Parts: sequence; structure tokens; C-alpha cells
Amino acid sequence: MIPPKRRTPPKLQIFKDISSVSYAMMAGISFFLLLALWSLLSYTEAVNPVFLPTPDAVLLEFFRQLGTAAYWEHIGISVFRVSSGFALACLVGIPIGIFAGTFRHAEALIEPPMEFIRYMPAVAFIPLIMVWAGIGEWAKILLIFIGCFFQLVLMVADITRRVSHDLLHASFTLGASRWKAIETVLIPAIQPQLMHTLRLILGWAWTYLVVAELVAVNSGLGYAIMRAQRYLNTDQIFVGIIVIGLLGLISDRIFAFLNKRLFPWA
Amino acid sequence: MQTGSKEEAATRGEIVIHNLHKVYTTKKSRFEALHNIQLTIGENEFLTILGPSGCGKSTLLRIVAGLEDHTEGSVMVDGEEVIGPGADRGMVFQGYTLFPWLTVRENIEYGPKLKGIPTLERRSLSNYLLKMIRLESFDKSYPKQLSGGMKQRVAIARALANRPKVLLMDEPFGALDAQTKLEMQEMLLDVWEKEKTTVLFITHDIDEAIFLSQRIVVMGAGPGRILKEFNVELPAERTPEVREHPEFLSLKRELAGLLKH
Ligand SMILES: Nc1ncnc2c1ncn2[C@@H]1O[C@H](COP(=O)(O)OP(=O)(O)OP(=O)(O)O)[C@@H](O)[C@H]1O
Ligand SMILES: [Mg+2]
Repeated sequence: MIPPKRRTPPKLQIFKDISSVSYAMMAGISFFLLLALWSLLSYTEAVNPVFLPTPDAVLLEFFRQLGTAAYWEHIGISVFRVSSGFALACLVGIPIGIFAGTFRHAEALIEPPMEFIRYMPAVAFIPLIMVWAGIGEWAKILLIFIGCFFQLVLMVADITRRVSHDLLHASFTLGASRWKAIETVLIPAIQPQLMHTLRLILGWAWTYLVVAELVAVNSGLGYAIMRAQRYLNTDQIFVGIIVIGLLGLISDRIFAFLNKRLFPWA
Repeated sequence: MQTGSKEEAATRGEIVIHNLHKVYTTKKSRFEALHNIQLTIGENEFLTILGPSGCGKSTLLRIVAGLEDHTEGSVMVDGEEVIGPGADRGMVFQGYTLFPWLTVRENIEYGPKLKGIPTLERRSLSNYLLKMIRLESFDKSYPKQLSGGMKQRVAIARALANRPKVLLMDEPFGALDAQTKLEMQEMLLDVWEKEKTTVLFITHDIDEAIFLSQRIVVMGAGPGRILKEFNVELPAERTPEVREHPEFLSLKRELAGLLKH
């Protein structure tokens, strides 16, 4: 007798979790493909090397730049600007967002103008910011702030509104006042989702940083990129982009790590 | 003694619902969910409201809890009009409403903590309740680690931790499997025996209603109203054998007939 053949379900299942090894392998493949494409285009000189440097040239330049104190200063000032603008947006935006999501009156007061402003490109504010805040540090921080703040408020309000009403009602029947309910139900309930939103917005903060540093500055990673462009040092442009990417990745991983550590219940 | 406060002299957990109407109005429509509800639930009574889906059972319970406004009439608990939710009326919801960021023990201690009861006292109260719901070893677990039946047991303990006058239960066992449901019913009677609160229980399960209650109120839909009341003439001590009792069976037949229409 032939034993019946064990039938295995197809590999690609919707939403199904895969092992971390498979996950890492897939991620590795996509990086590898990217690198392969880059190598193909640059080593064969299908694209002019002035426009597309080879991976090894970029790698060399990467270590050369990181070996200089000046580059670390650029990194330092950029990190400072991003964190300040982002932190300021969080400090002001999160409470306002919670407020707008909690009370309908606050929603009506806050959201319509924000909906309007958020469609105005933050970049278009640059000339205005230069008039208001000059070209000092505050101008950069303000641009990052504007880029993050309005989106943040709207997203936090939305998260707050989606907290289960039953949880809120449960707290009321257990004796919570409105303020206690905000403190003990709404705020803890939104936290994991809030961390995801902050991760997303921090990504945007880096984008706005580069924009802010493209004009009227002489420090920061954006400036380093601009200067490299002036001399057609494409390998340096690549290094700048990669460094910003890495910094973004590091901050993102920190958020992901905090999320796991702080909210084991989620 | 003359010094006793008004509260001590009065009843504990008597609910009087008088001439209650509830109309849901939206921009376009008007829907009468409850029509002229008259009902008195005595101290320590276990009363069940039985009725088909959509007849307004949850609406009625939420009005008693103070989570929903009513259109006309009044709800009084121990002579005091209900105008909003409060810790004197504990509620267990049909869905799972434990706070996912709190452990089992922290969930149970939520109400006492709001009241400012000191840690040690809170601890001994939660120990007592954890024992009562037989989940002592799960005190540090988070709700997501519990089964549906366990979650509802914690929800009951959480409501009881406030020592409420009234326990409102909206189909708390509706989502559980048959076996778990039976266990939960026995446990609930146990708890009621020990805690001596008034229970207003909602279900559309006839067996559950008879097994648990002293009195059953049947509601009908369109608009939601009270059809009939039944006293459950069964021994106070409810053992599983009670389900074979002739009174149980005849009441079951009668209720089934009434709910069919
Ligand atoms: N917020 C609301 N707005 C309008 N109509 C509502 C609202 N809430 C409930 N209703 C209506 O009131 C009626 C009673 O609803 P309710 O939830 O009290 O029923 P129920 O008896 O608890 O039903 P079930 O057994 O399915 O839980 C339903 O017909 C429902 O459509
Ligand atoms: Mg209901």
C-alpha cells in the first residue's frame, strides 16, 4: 500500500506569519537585488559614472567622510534640528490631538483649519519662515515643526476617536470622572498606535530637514549634499543620502524597540 | 438609633423604573426603542430581562447604568434619580471590556484605586475577588492571555470590587460555549450569594434566565415594551438538577411560547 501523500498548503498565505529566518532572507534578497541593479548600471558604465558612482567608490567615500570630524558635526547639527522640531511638534501636537479626538467641540474648533493647512506644502512656507524667523537655527526647527505638527494633530485625534467606546463606558461605570477617563483609559489606549504614528512622522521630519538645509545654511547633512552637488561629487551625495537613511533607520528601530518594551500587553 | 444617615436607613439596591420612554431620533427618522417601561427591582433581587434581539434590552440597561439618556419618565436607585454613570451601579458588558494594558489584578483594582482606597486594603480585596472567581494564579496575566470565560469572570470581579448596590449584566455569557456558560452561571449565583447585590441580568437564553433568576421579565419588540412577568418558583439553592425540575420545564415551555410571537 502506498501511504497517502501528505498535502501541504500553499506557501503564500494571506496575513500568515512567517519565521524570522524567512523574513530576514526575503529582506536580504531585496537589498541584494537593489545592490545588483546598482552594480550592473555603474560597473558596466551604462550610466555615466559622474551621475552614478560605483558601490565601492561610495563605500570608500563613506568611510573617508565618517573619518572626518567635520562630517560628524554635520550629523550632529542635523540630528539636533530633527529632534528639536520633532519633539516640539510632539509636545504641542499630542495634547491638542487628544483633546480634538476627545471632545466634539474641540474637534470642530481645531480640525477644519488644520485640514486646510495640512494641504499647504510645508516647503512653500520656506520664504515666509525666512521672513519670520530669519535664517538661524529656529528657521530650520520651525520648518520641521510645521511639516510634522498639523499631520500629527490630525492623526492623534483620529487614533483617540477610535478608542473603544465600551472601554470608556466601563471606566465610567467603575466610577471614573471625565478627566480620570481621559487619564486612565484614553491615554493608555492610544499609546501603541501613537508610537506607530510617531515613527511615521519622524520619517517625515528627516525629509523636511533636508529641505530646510538646502537653503541658506553652512552646516548639516542637507548642506553637505548641496555642496557635493555643486562640485558634481555624486559619491558624496550618495554618502549623504545613505547616512540620512541610516539615521532614520536607527531612530525607527529605537521606536520599534520601545514599543515592544513599553507595551507588552498590545 | 437617630444618628444613622439617610442612606443607611433607606434600601440598598432598589431600582424603580417609572413610565420610561426612549426615542432615538436622527435627522431623518424617529425610532421608539422603549415604550412605557414600568418595573421595580427589589433589594438583593436577581431579575432577568428576556427578549428577542433588538427589543431594547441593552438600551434599558444602559439607561439604568446612566450611559444613555432617556426621553421620558425616570429611573431611581434607592430613591435617587439616575443622571449619569456611577460606581454604585457596576456593569458587565457583552463584549470584552477589560483594560488590555492592565493585568488581571490591576483591572480588578481599577475602581478601588479611583476611590483612593489604600494599597494594602486594595490588595486584600483583589485577593478575595481573585479567589472567588478562581483565578488566583492569573493575577499577573494580561487580558489577551485569558480565555473568553476567564475575561468575563474578571469583568465581574472588577465590577464587584466597587461593592456596587446594583450589578448590571448585558448578556455577559452570550459569546461563551455551552459548557463554559453553565460553569459561569453557577459561579455567578455563588457570587451573588456572597456579595448580596441586586442583579439586573439580560439574556435571550431561556434556560439561563430560569436557572439564574428569581423573577423574569419578558420584553417584546416594536416598540420595546414589557410583555409579561414571571416569578421563578424554584428552590433558592440552584443545583444543576434544577434544570430537570417540573417547574423549570413548564416555565421554559411557557416562555418559549411567548417568545415565538
Ligand atoms: N444609537 C442608536 N440610534 C438609533 N437606534 C438605536 C440606537 N441604539 C439602538 N437602537 C435601536 O434600538 C433598538 C434596541 O436596541 P438594543 O441594542 O437595546 O436591542 P437589544 O434588545 O439589546 O438587542 P440584542 O439582543 O441584539 O443585543 C434596535 O432596534 C436598535 O436598532
Ligand atoms: Mg443588546
